[in-house]
Amino acid sequence: MRIGVILGFFIVYATIRIFMNKWYWVDAYHYLTPLYSPCVTSSCVEGSSHLGTWFGDFPRFLPFSLITFVILAGFRGTCYYYRKAGYRSLFFAPAACAVPEPHKNYTGERKFPLVALNLHRYFFYGALIFGVLNIYDGVQAFHGDGGGFGIGLGTVIIWINLVMLWLYTLSCHACRHIVGGRLKNFSKHPMRYRYWTFVSKLNPKHGTFAMTSLFTVILTDFYIMAVSAGWFSDLRIIN
Amino acid sequence: MSYKGKFRVWRGDSEGGELKDYEVEVNEGEVVLDVIHRLQATQTPDMAVRWNCKAGKCGSCSAEINGMPKLMCMCRMNTFAEDEVVTVTPMRTFPVIRDLVTDVSFNYQKAREVPAFKPPADLKPGEYRMQQVDVERSQEFRKCIECFLCQDTCHVIRDHEENKESFSGPRFLMRVAELDMHPLDAADRQHAAQEQHGLGFCNITKCCTEVCPEHIKITDNALIPMKERVVDRKYDPLVWLGNKIRRRPA
Amino acid sequence: MTELERHSYDVVVIGAGGAGLRAAIEAREQGKKTAIICKSLFGKAHTVMAEGGCAAAMGNANSNDNWQVHYRDTMRGGKFLNNWRMAELHAQEAPDRVWELETYGALFDRTPDGRISQRNFGGHTYPRLAHVGDRTGLELIRTLQQKIVSLQQEDFEATGDYEANLKVYAECTITELMKDGDAISGAFGYWRESGRFILFDAPAVVLATGGVGKSFKVTSNSWEYTGDGHALAMRAGATLINMEFIQFHPTGMVWPPSVKGILVTESVRGDGGVLKNSEGKRFMFEYVPDVFRAQYAETEDEADRWYKDPDNNRRPPELLPRDEVARAINSEVKAGRGTPHGGVFLDVSSRLPAEEITRRLPSMHHQFKELADVDITAEPMEVGPTCHYVMGGVEVDPDTASSVVPGLFAAGEVAGGMHGSNRLGGNSLSDLLVFGRRAGMGAATYVDQLQERPKIDDADVDAAAADALAPFELEGGENPYTIHQELQQSMNDLVGIIRKEEEMEQALGRLSEFRSRIAKMTVEGHRQFNPGWHLALDLRNMLTVSECVAGAALMRQESRGGHTRDDFPTMDPEWRKKLLVCALDADGVVNVTEEQQIPMREDLLELFEVDELKKYLTDEELPAK
Repeated sequence: MRIGVILGFFIVYATIRIFMNKWYWVDAYHYLTPLYSPCVTSSCVEGSSHLGTWFGDFPRFLPFSLITFVILAGFRGTCYYYRKAGYRSLFFAPAACAVPEPHKNYTGERKFPLVALNLHRYFFYGALIFGVLNIYDGVQAFHGDGGGFGIGLGTVIIWINLVMLWLYTLSCHACRHIVGGRLKNFSKHPMRYRYWTFVSKLNPKHGTFAMTSLFTVILTDFYIMAVSAGWFSDLRIIN
Repeated sequence: MSYKGKFRVWRGDSEGGELKDYEVEVNEGEVVLDVIHRLQATQTPDMAVRWNCKAGKCGSCSAEINGMPKLMCMCRMNTFAEDEVVTVTPMRTFPVIRDLVTDVSFNYQKAREVPAFKPPADLKPGEYRMQQVDVERSQEFRKCIECFLCQDTCHVIRDHEENKESFSGPRFLMRVAELDMHPLDAADRQHAAQEQHGLGFCNITKCCTEVCPEHIKITDNALIPMKERVVDRKYDPLVWLGNKIRRRPA
Repeated sequence: MTELERHSYDVVVIGAGGAGLRAAIEAREQGKKTAIICKSLFGKAHTVMAEGGCAAAMGNANSNDNWQVHYRDTMRGGKFLNNWRMAELHAQEAPDRVWELETYGALFDRTPDGRISQRNFGGHTYPRLAHVGDRTGLELIRTLQQKIVSLQQEDFEATGDYEANLKVYAECTITELMKDGDAISGAFGYWRESGRFILFDAPAVVLATGGVGKSFKVTSNSWEYTGDGHALAMRAGATLINMEFIQFHPTGMVWPPSVKGILVTESVRGDGGVLKNSEGKRFMFEYVPDVFRAQYAETEDEADRWYKDPDNNRRPPELLPRDEVARAINSEVKAGRGTPHGGVFLDVSSRLPAEEITRRLPSMHHQFKELADVDITAEPMEVGPTCHYVMGGVEVDPDTASSVVPGLFAAGEVAGGMHGSNRLGGNSLSDLLVFGRRAGMGAATYVDQLQERPKIDDADVDAAAADALAPFELEGGENPYTIHQELQQSMNDLVGIIRKEEEMEQALGRLSEFRSRIAKMTVEGHRQFNPGWHLALDLRNMLTVSECVAGAALMRQESRGGHTRDDFPTMDPEWRKKLLVCALDADGVVNVTEEQQIPMREDLLELFEVDELKKYLTDEELPAK
């Protein structure tokens, strides 16, 4: 139930945020919210599209961050942990173990649209690319006012979020499969066995990482929105 | 250290039945199965219950205690308050024979539908060489004591009788995974997992893992990896597109 | 004529533990239509309780190991009372049987070079036990179960019917064997579920029903171990040997009371666990008997070095054969140096790091955590002796497992002779495989050579049905649960680890009282899944077996292996030459008679040093040199 409320809140928040199309960039410190990274249309505010502009103006009704959103929402939406959490808390299939479920029929993930959940790993590949871009954004965020090196509370929040996002991404079941789980003989691939062992250690905490990173993403985005909108100013630590 | 415990036990047969209340002595260090045995010996000599080893190794005494699928021999009485009513009912997913005994033949039928280990053609007995790291994954699944609690709790068949035909349940999907991860098994199991055993029914809500008395990570270590292996073969968009274009059966 | 369902088979196997399944696999592979009958569900047999491993001289862990060494260990463990031919076949064939399991899909723990890993165990010279953590029995039964399924799948391919040639009748109890003249013609029983009768028409029956532990109060055995096979065989005219030898496993749980008797695997000691009394003393050093003095360490330092360097140090005395350790614990407790719950401490927590314990002894860790709320990585366990195994059983031909009754075979714990007066840990799983296969083969060959199929007499069927229903006939009699508890208490107190003449006579007196009480007991309710009725029927078997145990124990005036007499505390070479044979006379009374052992074949005798043989054999038996 509690998880259902959290998931519902995130869906509402993210939907509102991506259609706002503003307050995603703090030019003074080069903070870019992960929800809009990378910003690659020519409508992006100046400075925010540090990877260049790949597209022209998007029509008004389309958010700039469409690709980002599709990949990140897709990654989470098809994630094995979120699927468990969602089925239990939103669809009551089942609400809890050994509790009768209210549905007349149940066909699982065999038919359209739920069969598409099997595409998790392609979203994982996408999330990996975005993860790398986020590191780039993170490095950019060590930007002092007026240039040079600087650290603010925003930088710290961005990096905490970055770590959580990476933990979430690396502990993914698809990742565990790809790095080594798909092998029949670990002993013939000692390096991949080591990767697999590493991911297997993270994997049991995948659910924790999923919820924590969800929270840190919202926090990061909200902080940058607030600074960008001028609701409060960034607490600077160095320059 | 002994007290009168309140028990509510389902009595009846395939025709029907009801919960009956009993007051029975409970002593220190006992488990639910001990109390059921005391009921048998003192009040209800004909109460039907399956059990064998009484040490959580054989998986015979599966039942639902206060609604949760559990082994009666592994459910300590000190987990309940002394005035708490302990309700014991048979496993709901399988047809009742009598009292706490259910007809679990569904499971044996599904076991038969999983093709057996296919030994490598070129190795004679005694020539098998396998590394510990390669057998460990399947060994975890071979800890299974076949108590069928995972089958009982799985909502796919617990709440939907009609799915029994096309869904083998966590126990036997795990068996498929075990064989698929066996370093020397020579058979192809990935298509069958999806097509014959109904892996796609599983929506990874993890109740099988929650109830497993052997603490096997059924979902994380068997079912999800198996789903990923199926994705390798079946849901790769490029493979899918290729098959569509060339009209080859998948 | 009794109403019943009737089936016809070539071979009927009673019991679905390791021996039964292996026998059925063999019979089916020899082309015989085979039925397996078991009291529980398929795959729940007591074999799952075996923890430590399966002894086979594969030489993977120590290349010095071979069948001769294994043979010597087995004979020593059984104090030379073993049937030497069985011990020989067992030692020779065990490795093949284990390797065969791998082709069925078994996954044993591995050595670094990828072969089957082997572990140390009490009484075995080298690391010899193929194992999977501490759940080897489960692996064995699951593997055999899955092999049965694979044979059924083959039959399905060929005939469209999974059960065409091999069918499991689960939750079905056999109450009587049918005979045509001298020869076996079938088996009669009932479905536990419905209480309806069932008759198997079969010229060959393989008994693989396991042991008799449920006649004792503190036991590691499950409810199924009621000596059914022993009693069925006797009623069919077969003989039992070595029934006085009961193995008390030294380490069973003693607390909480509901799990009293449940096994704590010997691997705990094999992996470094030590036994201490309430004074904190490692007492086993004081209990090394003379015959073993040379092989066991005398100081704690030497014993501890052995785990790392077994070639240059002697073994710790905790790894003495089970009978020695059980007696030692018994003496410590009697001397007042026991734990609060009447056992001794088995400590592995101070010897190995916690993660090593959970890796090597996962199911022990789990068992103590869940059942006793004890964390074995942090505190010692409390353990005490528990009735574990009966060495005695049906007297069989070593090569074919045939009893003296044509068409009746026995394998596994229900067969006698292989283990002599005491079984080594790990030898039971290999026994199941080796002699299970031989029994299946023996039965198949017997069926092939048969001129005419024996027939079942309808009158016998009616009589068996009437016997089975007798407990329903009387009203106001005793409850079978009460009699069972008293029987267990009597056997535990009077024919337990340490035996005295007057106590055993007292036991025999009580047993004859039980016999008359059993004739008058009453079962309530109806035939459908009625545990009271099931117990009533099993109780007859337990009583017959108890009479054999007490009778033979009273007669054997020496102490040897699983038979310790307070009044005859030493081993007597004269008694080694004798087997005690139990049979039923015409009135159904147990008779115990002496029989001479067949002298050991010379080439086998030569495997031992004369000095060692002198400890066991009489002068005239020693090889002339």
